[in-house]
Order: sequence, then C-alpha cells, then structure tokens
Amino acid sequence: MISIPSTLKISLRALRVNKMRSALTMLGIIIGVGAVITMLAVGTGASERISEQMASIGSNLLIIMPGSSTSGGIRMGSGTQSTLTQDDAEAIAQECPAVSDVAPIYNGAAQVVYGNQNWSTGISGTTPGILPVRDWSLSSGRAFTEQDVRNATKVCLLGQTIVDSLFGNADPVGQIIRIKKVPFMVIGVLAKKGQSSNGQDQDDTILVPLTTAQKKIFGTPFVGMVRSITVKARGADELAAAEGQINELLSQRHRIGPRQEMDFTVRNLTQMMEAREQSTQVMGLLLAAIASVSLLVGGIGIMNIMLVSVTERTREIGIRMSVGAKTWDIRLQFIIEALTLSLIGGVAGIILGISGSKILSALVGWATVVSPLSVLLSFSFSGLVGLFFGFYPAYKASLLNPIDALHYE
Amino acid sequence: MALIETQHLTKVYELGDSAVRAMDDVSLTVANGEFVAIMGPSGSGKSTFMNVIGCLDVPTGGKYLLDGMDVGDRDRDELAEIRNKKIGFVFQGFNLLPRTSALENVELPMLYDGCPPRERRQRAMEALKAMGLEGREHHHPNQLSGGQQQRVAIARALVNRAPLILADEPTGNLDTRSSVEIMELVVKLNRESGITIILVTHEPDIAAFSRRIIKFRDGLVVSDEPVKQAEQQVKDP
Repeated sequence: MISIPSTLKISLRALRVNKMRSALTMLGIIIGVGAVITMLAVGTGASERISEQMASIGSNLLIIMPGSSTSGGIRMGSGTQSTLTQDDAEAIAQECPAVSDVAPIYNGAAQVVYGNQNWSTGISGTTPGILPVRDWSLSSGRAFTEQDVRNATKVCLLGQTIVDSLFGNADPVGQIIRIKKVPFMVIGVLAKKGQSSNGQDQDDTILVPLTTAQKKIFGTPFVGMVRSITVKARGADELAAAEGQINELLSQRHRIGPRQEMDFTVRNLTQMMEAREQSTQVMGLLLAAIASVSLLVGGIGIMNIMLVSVTERTREIGIRMSVGAKTWDIRLQFIIEALTLSLIGGVAGIILGISGSKILSALVGWATVVSPLSVLLSFSFSGLVGLFFGFYPAYKASLLNPIDALHYE
Repeated sequence: MALIETQHLTKVYELGDSAVRAMDDVSLTVANGEFVAIMGPSGSGKSTFMNVIGCLDVPTGGKYLLDGMDVGDRDRDELAEIRNKKIGFVFQGFNLLPRTSALENVELPMLYDGCPPRERRQRAMEALKAMGLEGREHHHPNQLSGGQQQRVAIARALVNRAPLILADEPTGNLDTRSSVEIMELVVKLNRESGITIILVTHEPDIAAFSRRIIKFRDGLVVSDEPVKQAEQQVKDP
C-alpha cells in the first residue's frame, strides 16, 4: 500500500501541472464556501442584533395600555382612554402570582434646565419597580425608593443622553436641575442602553417618582391616573399565565362584562421580538441554504474535472497498475486530489467569506457575525463535497483494465 | 526449477455473439534464468500470452504457475502484488510517466510496496547507475533519447529485484544502434544476474539475441526450439 505523503505528493504534482484548470475548479468551492460563510454571518448578525434589542427592552415584558375612548361614534385609538390607575398596578403586583415586578408609568415631555444648558425630553413618573422590569441598572448614585413615591420627593434619575447634553463630563449626582421650573435633585444616573428596536434613544429619558410626576410636573385629570403599566413575568414560560391573570383581574376591577369590549390591552413585547428573531433566523438559514447550492455546484465542477483528468491520465493509471498499484492506491490518489482541490478551495473560501462579511458590514452597514462554528461547518462541508464528488472518478479509475489502460492513446 | 509453467492455457474473448479464441491450449515451461523470444504475426496470440504471463490478464481456461504459485484464481489486488514483486515490464513505447524525473519513475514500483523513502531513493539511484544513466536522474522523459528512456524503463523493471522481465518489443521504437545497445544490456542481465527474460519481437535479428524461440500462430504454439549456435548474436563464452 502506498503511503499518504507519497500520494499527496503525486496529487499535488498533478494539480500543479494544470494550474489554470485547478484554480478554476477551486473557484467553484471558494465561491461556495465564501457565500455560505457570508450568508451565515449576515443571518447571525441580524438575529444577534435583535437579541441585543430584546435584552435592552427587558425580558419577559408585558405592557398594559388603556383602551380607546369613543366620542360620538368615533373611536380615538389605543391609549386615548384614561382607565388605568396606580391602584390597578398595586392590585396586579399583589394578586397576579405570575408577575414579579410592576411599574406604573405616568409620562410626558418637559423642558429641563441645568445652569445655562437646557434640553427637552420625556419624563417618566414611575415606581422603583421600573429598574427590575426593564433590566435597568445605575451607573452611579442610587435609585429612588417607595418612600420617595409616597412623599412625592423631588428627586430624579437621568439617562446617559441627558447627562451628556446637560452636564458634559461633570458628575451630575447631587446637582439640582429644573424640570418645568421645579427644582429636582439628581440622585443617580441610569446605565447606557442604546437604541430600541425602532430606533428610539432609550437613554434620552428622566425617571422621577410616580406621584411627583402626577402632582408636581404634569398634573392629572383624576387622582392616581397612570398612562401605562409595565409588568415583568417571573419567567418566559409564565408570560402567558401573567397575561391571563392581568386580563382577568383588570376586567373584574373595571367591571367589564363578558360581552363588553375591554378598556385596556395587554401587549407582549417579548413575543413580538421572538417572532422577529425567529423569522430572521429562518431568513439567515434560507440564505445559507441557497449559498450551499453553489457549494454543491462547485463539487460537481470538481467531479467533472476529475473525470476528465482520469480519462486524460488513463495511460498513467495503466503504468501505475502494471508496476503494482492496487485498487485503493489508485482510488486514494484521485480522492486525495479531489480533496486537496476542495480543501484548498475551502480555506480560500473562508478567507473570502470573512472578508466578504467585513466588506458587507462596512459598505451596507449590516451587522455580520462570523461564528467559528459556521467556518468549521463550511470547511468540513467542502471536505465532504470533495470526498463525495471525488469518489466516483476515483472509483472509475481504479476499475480500469490495466491492459486497456496501458494501450490507451 | 520452472519459473513459468502453463498447462492448457486458453483465452477466449467474447465479441458480440462470436467468441474469439486468442490463445488455445498453450502448455509451456520456462526455467529460471532462460532467455526466450516469442515471435509470431499480429493476432497470433503472443500478446495475449504475454498479458497472462504478466498477470495483467487472467486466462479463460487452463493453469498458470508462476514460481510454483497458482496465479489462476487471484483477484486484482493479489495480481498487482505479484506484478510488483515478481515481474518487471519493458514496453515498446517505454511507458514512463511524463513530467516525472527518471529517478521518480524508477522509484514507482517501490512506492507501491511501502519501501521507506530513503531506501527507495538509494535503490533507484543504483538501478539508474547500473543502466549507465548516472547524472541523468533528474531528467524528465522528454529530455532523454529513446535508448535512454528504455534504459530508465529497464531500471524500473529491475528495481524491485523481480526474477522475471517481460519485454514487449522493447526495440520497436529505437534505431539500430540503440536497439543493439539495449539488447546487449538485456543479455548481460540474463547472463550475469540470472534474470529470466521473455521477449516479444517481430525481428529475427532481435530474437537471435535469445537462446530459445517460441513461435505463435492463430493462438497456438507452432514451434519451440533453441537458437542454433551459428545463428546466435551473442556467442556463449
């Protein structure tokens, strides 16, 4: 039996003799592997971006919005009715076992002034529950407490964008800012969250105690009104239970009969995002599947060239057989040749794929992530393609009759 | 002891509905160290006989003993092994691998019996030197003359120390001077190294280098006689 290094030497020599042909054959594999890696990178990049956005909103979130108001037969759309109250939020916290944290929100926009700087932003009055609900943490200072909510203290937490635009590089904690001319003490700064899924700057916000917003900044049409309630379920598998419990509780509290329209809606953000992530993943896989077709075509190119090569080298095969090459000696020679083509093509394809995804993200701005798994996968796939499509020509070569092969012209 | 012994060897080719008897009931023995020439017109069955003797083909009927082993029921790989160890081929068209140096061509048989690279190289160098090709080890076949190419082929046939060399019209593509050189080399191998040689040729001049001439016609052996002293190209010492 011939040794592998000797076979490898023979195969490499054969590939060197027909440089142009070998390069063109490899090109099929190079493009195939490159395309698979790039497409997987695009897919992974997109779904990773969505996961990031999901994490920034907070996980296992439900948002309860008031229903629409109807005036003179004209329905005004979601959130136009003012039906949710602070008591609803407290009831949810106490009576829905699937809910872990609750944050009622009363928000509005206001002008904020510090020294000679001013900035218009959204102000959310809420309870300390907002931090766990939105998976938010503080980069400095402390959060406000239930005590602050009860006493309507004039304290606030600033988003990073506010800090940047009002304070520049100075430390805001302990400073006094004015919201609608009312002085507030800055007690903490929220950690940076970045953009939300629809491009909103989540750091351009100020959090104040709920009662402070209701009584001292915006005023309310009735006491205890909130604009929405954000709720965190205990876990992903309890989201549906939480939704059911909230629906039941609020219907009861709002005295809504079985045939009446609800005056609130519960939205499941996580579910929406998960659906989006799933569809992105499917899209990415679809792209990779299409790209792998080109890899398959590259493999057929290898088989084609190997068949030509076997025919061209019939006499060489005859000579080898006459001096004692066995079936597997001949097979191995051609399989290794095909494998060399496909593996060199695979390595070049990986380089092409990685640079392709880099170029794509630089040029089009798509987030691309080349995972080591996709590299490994497409490389071994290219090897498999070489093995598969190299076997038939090698098999054909090994079955040649030595006499016919020797006299082949 | 007989190196080759054939008993009632036949080879029948099926061509469509008709069967062609290329070789019909050939019984021969060739002793160790003999130098036999095989002659006959084309289609006489001498090539078929050589293919069977060379383990490139299997007979349809009869028995073939090579060095005492029955070769009849061997499979492809076993036949390859026998060719590798026991038989060296020299062809009319040289049959060297193109774009491959003389040295690597000679190494070829050793490649397939797992000989370590160092020994392979050394033995190939020695074989080429014995053929007077020192200094041409790295030439490719297209850089060598016909006579030189044939000597590379002989080196390749010898390198695995095969006891039998089958030469199929080895001088067919050579001019007279090269032919004589090659034949003298073959005679020397036969006389000095005791290698058994079976040679196929059309030319009586070339056949006269041998010690025994077997003539084929229509698949049958029609004559088998020693070369008369007077006709011998190379006299006995």
